[in-house]
Amino acid sequence: MSVATRRPLGLQTLTTAFLAIWLIAALFPFAWTVWGSFKVEADFFSRQSWWMAIEGTRTQAQTGGPFTLAGYEGAWVRNEFWKAAINTLIVTLSVTFISLAIGTLGGYALARSGYRYAFWILIAALVFRAMPHITLVSGYMLPFFELNIWGVLPTTIIVLVAINQPFTLWMLHSFFLSIPKDLDESAMVDGCTRFQAFRMVIMPVMWPGVITTGLFSFLLGYNDFAVTSMLLSQENQTMVPKIASFLGSIQNEGNVMYAVAAVVSATVPLFILVLFFQRQIVSGLTAGAVKG
Amino acid sequence: MPHRTFFVFIFPSILAMLLFISLPIVSVVVQSLFVQHEAVLVTVENCTPFGCESQTRVDTEAMQKLRAEKPLGQFAGFANYLNRNHLAVDEISAILSDNQGLGDVATRIFNLPFYKALSFTLVYCFLVTPLAMALGFAIALAVNTLPKLLKGPAIFVSLLPMIITPLVGSLILAWMFNPSGILGASLQSLTGDPTLSLRASPMLTWIVLLLYGVWTNGPFSFVVFYAGLQTVPQDTVESARIDGANRWEVTRYVLIPHLAPLATFVALVQLMDNFRVFEPIVGFSAEANATSLSWLVFNDLVGQDSQLFGSAAATSVITIVGVLILLAPVLRRTWADFNRKAV
Repeated sequence: MSVATRRPLGLQTLTTAFLAIWLIAALFPFAWTVWGSFKVEADFFSRQSWWMAIEGTRTQAQTGGPFTLAGYEGAWVRNEFWKAAINTLIVTLSVTFISLAIGTLGGYALARSGYRYAFWILIAALVFRAMPHITLVSGYMLPFFELNIWGVLPTTIIVLVAINQPFTLWMLHSFFLSIPKDLDESAMVDGCTRFQAFRMVIMPVMWPGVITTGLFSFLLGYNDFAVTSMLLSQENQTMVPKIASFLGSIQNEGNVMYAVAAVVSATVPLFILVLFFQRQIVSGLTAGAVKG
Repeated sequence: MPHRTFFVFIFPSILAMLLFISLPIVSVVVQSLFVQHEAVLVTVENCTPFGCESQTRVDTEAMQKLRAEKPLGQFAGFANYLNRNHLAVDEISAILSDNQGLGDVATRIFNLPFYKALSFTLVYCFLVTPLAMALGFAIALAVNTLPKLLKGPAIFVSLLPMIITPLVGSLILAWMFNPSGILGASLQSLTGDPTLSLRASPMLTWIVLLLYGVWTNGPFSFVVFYAGLQTVPQDTVESARIDGANRWEVTRYVLIPHLAPLATFVALVQLMDNFRVFEPIVGFSAEANATSLSWLVFNDLVGQDSQLFGSAAATSVITIVGVLILLAPVLRRTWADFNRKAV
């Protein structure tokens, strides 16, 4: 570090303190909930003092051990959270793959077309990107009831793919712009058709951009509440609407800990995702900012 | 690229967007002009040995038939927009013509469901966006001073509030702010008010929801600004230092101008996202004290037998108009840029 950028002690302390407070604020809620999910309700929501959640007095008294899996057992086994987990897996993976399959083609076409209408499609996509999802859902509900396709997974998957398209198109469009035009054009001079050029020249070099975009499609499908809660019937629910339905029914029965355990279970995959793909997530967010 | 090839490549995307984004918007507009059927009442004579009495009840069979014939309901024109649950034109004019000062007008308008939702949505949108950007900028500056080894873990932790499912994130915070949760209990003992809770205090509900918004939106600004800081030309910073600028002046006159284009982008994305604030209201069960436009739509649709499609659609249309107003400056600028390029 050069002399010009060395920090005085006071500023350094202030920066460190601020950063420490932020990191605690960002991490502590998760840590606290994970810890609490292994306690009984009387500890995690203690009327006496939150210190009981740390010591686990009631957990010790009720279950004979400092930790209990009762919440997880109640959520996964008794309330069949595993079904919701499987549905989430199906929905998110399908949304990601279909989005990418049609999005790469569209994004590539937008990046290589010099015509005015390509620009207009991008602008329309920007407006669509801004539409609140729940307002679109209120448009789907009645037609879907009438067509009798409400409540099943395929409908939800296609709707999520469509809602995700504007973002996917923008992201992949700007990614394909960064691949030199000469690459596919020289392949076409050598006798390839446009599609052959795309398949043999562009596809091998497009994976970094596709993986980054795929991560965001995955997050959209995984995190969605508005669409999945309205368009899926009770037995087809994915994890997020299932958690929401826990709140309504279970709070009365005094089994809030099922919801806590389900929440922790739904958080774990996201942690793993960030752990492995941190670099791609950061570069994806930045790419949108710099070029979009 | 020839038109034909372009069309073949983009066809699936366009089809998906037309079918599931454009058409629903049309559908919402149509639905907003209808109201659900009124209950069909029949009067039946109930005769017993002691005499006859007539009874009025809902004719479910006729209702079902009516619904099957006309699923949209009755045509109502703009009635959905003007009624008490939306723009409340009559109520507003009544309040304006007969009131006890400005404060009275404000409270009474705030009690109308649509205006209550609108005011929270706008406050959330325009307070959370700048605050989250300021927080993100501060975190970016702070993380930038860390030694290389610590940057990775710091970024990892900072990403968590953003990547978390909004409903799950708000539930986690809601449980901590519960009167028998760690933060809720601490707040009670700090203020010395044993009745203080989210449910009892609208003020606290708003503050906690805004806090949640800043918590979950800050990381996005952080990531973008942090990446922007990596591209600041070091020569400019050093020459500014040599010319006698202090740290604050370097930040003010070198870093912030360099990041300004990024800030516009972040502000745009965050305004769009914050305008549809919805999950935190469900997660915090805050609907008694704070609602949002998206929540109003959700609330109309969530009823099992009596979904108010017309009412939900009217709120949706008003929300879409709001989004377009928010987007207008951007669209105008893009349009101007495009024309300049074309010339």
